[in-house]
Amino acid sequence: MRLSSFWRAESDARNVLFFLPAAILLGLVVVYPILRTTILSLFHLKLATQFQAEFAGPENFVRLLFDSRFHNSLKVTGLFTAVSVALEFGIGLLLALAANALVHGKGLVRTVLLVPWTLPTAIIAVLWTWIFNDQYGVLNALLMKTGITTEAIPWLAGPHTAMAAIIMADVWKTVPFVFPVLLAGLQNVPRELHEAIEMDGGGAWAKFKYVTWPHLLPFVFISIIFRIIQAFAIFDLVYVMTGGGPGGGTETVSLYSYQTYMRYLDFGYGSTLVVATVLILALTAFVLHTFLHRRYERQF
Amino acid sequence: MNVSSRTLIFLLCVIAVAPIAWHGISSLKTPAELTRLPPSLLPESPTLENYQELVRRRPRGTYYRNSFVISSLSSLLCVAVGSLAAYALARISSRIRTLVTSSLLAAAFFPPIVLLFPLYELIRTAGLTNHPWALIVPYAGLNLPFAIWLLTGYFRQIPYELDEAAAIDGLTRFQTFTTIILPLAGPALVTTGILVFIFSWNEFMFALTFMNLESAKTITVGIATLSGAFTYEIPWGLLAAGVVASSIPLIVLAVIFQRKIVAGLTAGAMQ
Repeated sequence: MRLSSFWRAESDARNVLFFLPAAILLGLVVVYPILRTTILSLFHLKLATQFQAEFAGPENFVRLLFDSRFHNSLKVTGLFTAVSVALEFGIGLLLALAANALVHGKGLVRTVLLVPWTLPTAIIAVLWTWIFNDQYGVLNALLMKTGITTEAIPWLAGPHTAMAAIIMADVWKTVPFVFPVLLAGLQNVPRELHEAIEMDGGGAWAKFKYVTWPHLLPFVFISIIFRIIQAFAIFDLVYVMTGGGPGGGTETVSLYSYQTYMRYLDFGYGSTLVVATVLILALTAFVLHTFLHRRYERQF
Repeated sequence: MNVSSRTLIFLLCVIAVAPIAWHGISSLKTPAELTRLPPSLLPESPTLENYQELVRRRPRGTYYRNSFVISSLSSLLCVAVGSLAAYALARISSRIRTLVTSSLLAAAFFPPIVLLFPLYELIRTAGLTNHPWALIVPYAGLNLPFAIWLLTGYFRQIPYELDEAAAIDGLTRFQTFTTIILPLAGPALVTTGILVFIFSWNEFMFALTFMNLESAKTITVGIATLSGAFTYEIPWGLLAAGVVASSIPLIVLAVIFQRKIVAGLTAGAMQ
C-alpha cells in the first residue's frame, strides 16, 4: 500500500508524537482512574482506617454479596434500563418510520425533536420535578381537568410512580437521540428493493420485514448498546428528582456508589460497588452482543 | 403519507416543546400566580421578577461564565488533541487502526462513576478543587474517544494524494497536518467541537463533586441545586427562570447547528 509506506518513510518516533497528547490525556483521565478504582476495591479506605489504605482482600466483595441495598439498586437500575431503552427504541422507531415518509419539513421536525436531547439532564430533572409536583404540577392539573383522575397523584412520593416519572423524563430526553440515528438508517435503505417487493405483490409489512428491518439492524444494534450503557450509568435524573427515594425505590447503582463515596466517605467499598457494577454491565453487554450478533447474521 | 403518521409526528413535536414552553411561561408569572390552582395558561401580569431575583442571587453571571469557560476550553483541548491522534489513525495500517478504535470504544464503555474518586483524589492533591481546570481536563479526556472516533472517519475521506503531494513539496508531516489537512477538515472540527461543548455544558456528576464554592459552580449544577431540594418552599419561579436561562444557549446551538449535530451523532453511530 502506497500510503503506509509513505508513513513508514519517516521515523516511527514521529508517528508516535501524534498520539502522545491523546495518550497522556487518556492515561490521566481514564486509564489511571480505572486501575486505581480496581485496586481500591480490594482495600479498606474510610474514616475507620483514618483514610489509610489497608489491604482487605476479598472482604469488600463478600460484604457486597450480602448487601441488600446494593441488590436493590441493581434491580432498580436493571428495571430502569430495560423499560426506558425499550420505550425509547419503540417510540424512536415509530417516529423515524413516520418522518421518513415526510416529503416536506424533515429538517424542521429534526430541529424541534433535537432540542430535548441538547438540554442538560440535571436541568431536565428540575423541569420534570415541577411538572410532576403533586400540588402545583401541571400534569396533575391536566389529568384532573380531563377527568382522568379525580385526586392529585403524588408522583414523586411513591416508589412506583417516582420510577415512572424518572423513566418518562429519560424517554423525553433520549428519543431525540435514537430517532435521528434510526432515521439515518432508514434513509440508507435502497429504494429499488422496496420496488422489487412491490412487483412481487408484497405489502407494507413484507417491505418492512424483508428490506427495511435487515438494513436497519446495524443502527438498531448500535443505538441500543449505546443507550443501555448510558442508562445503566444513570445518575443526574435520579439525584435531582428523587435523591434515590422514596425508601430507596429509585436508588440506582451509580447513586448508591456516589453516596458511599461522598456521603459515607467509604472509598474502598465505594470502589468495590463500582467494579462489581462494571463487571455486571460487561457481562450483560457480552451476552446481548452474542445474542444480537447471531440474530443479525441469520438475517442474511 | 397517511394521517396517522402526521398526527404522531405532530404530537411528539408538541410533547418535545411543551414542557420547555411551560417553563418559559411560568418564569414570567408572579409567585402568587405560580401557586394558584388550577394553573393559569398565560401570565396575568408578565414580570421579569424571577430573572431579576436570579441575577440578584448569583451576580455577574458567575454560573454562565464558569460554564462558558469550562465548556469552550475543554472542547478546544479535546478537538486539538483528538485531531492529531485521529489524523495519524486515519493514515496508518488498518490493523493498528482497528486495534486503537476498539480500545477507544472500550474506554467509552465505563460509566463515569468509575473515574470519580481517583480524579477527585488527583484534583485535591494538585490543589485544583474549585478551579476551572479541574473540569476542563477531565471533560476533554472523557470526550476524547468519541472525538477521535468521529474525526478519524472524516480524515479518512481526505485523499492520500494530498499528503503525498505535500511530502513531495517538502512539507513535514506536522506541516501537512496544520496547513493542508486541518483547513479541509474545518466542518468536521466544528461538528466535533460543538458536540463536546454540549457534553461538557451538560455534565453533572463531576461538576457537582469537584466544585463546591458558589463562585466556581457551573450553571447546570448551580440551577439544579438551587432549590435546596426537598423543602416545602421550593422557589418555583426562580427554578423556572433558571431552567430557561440554562437552556437558552443550548436551544440556540441546536437550532443553528441542527444539521451538524445530527450528522455528528449519526456518523458516530454509523462507523
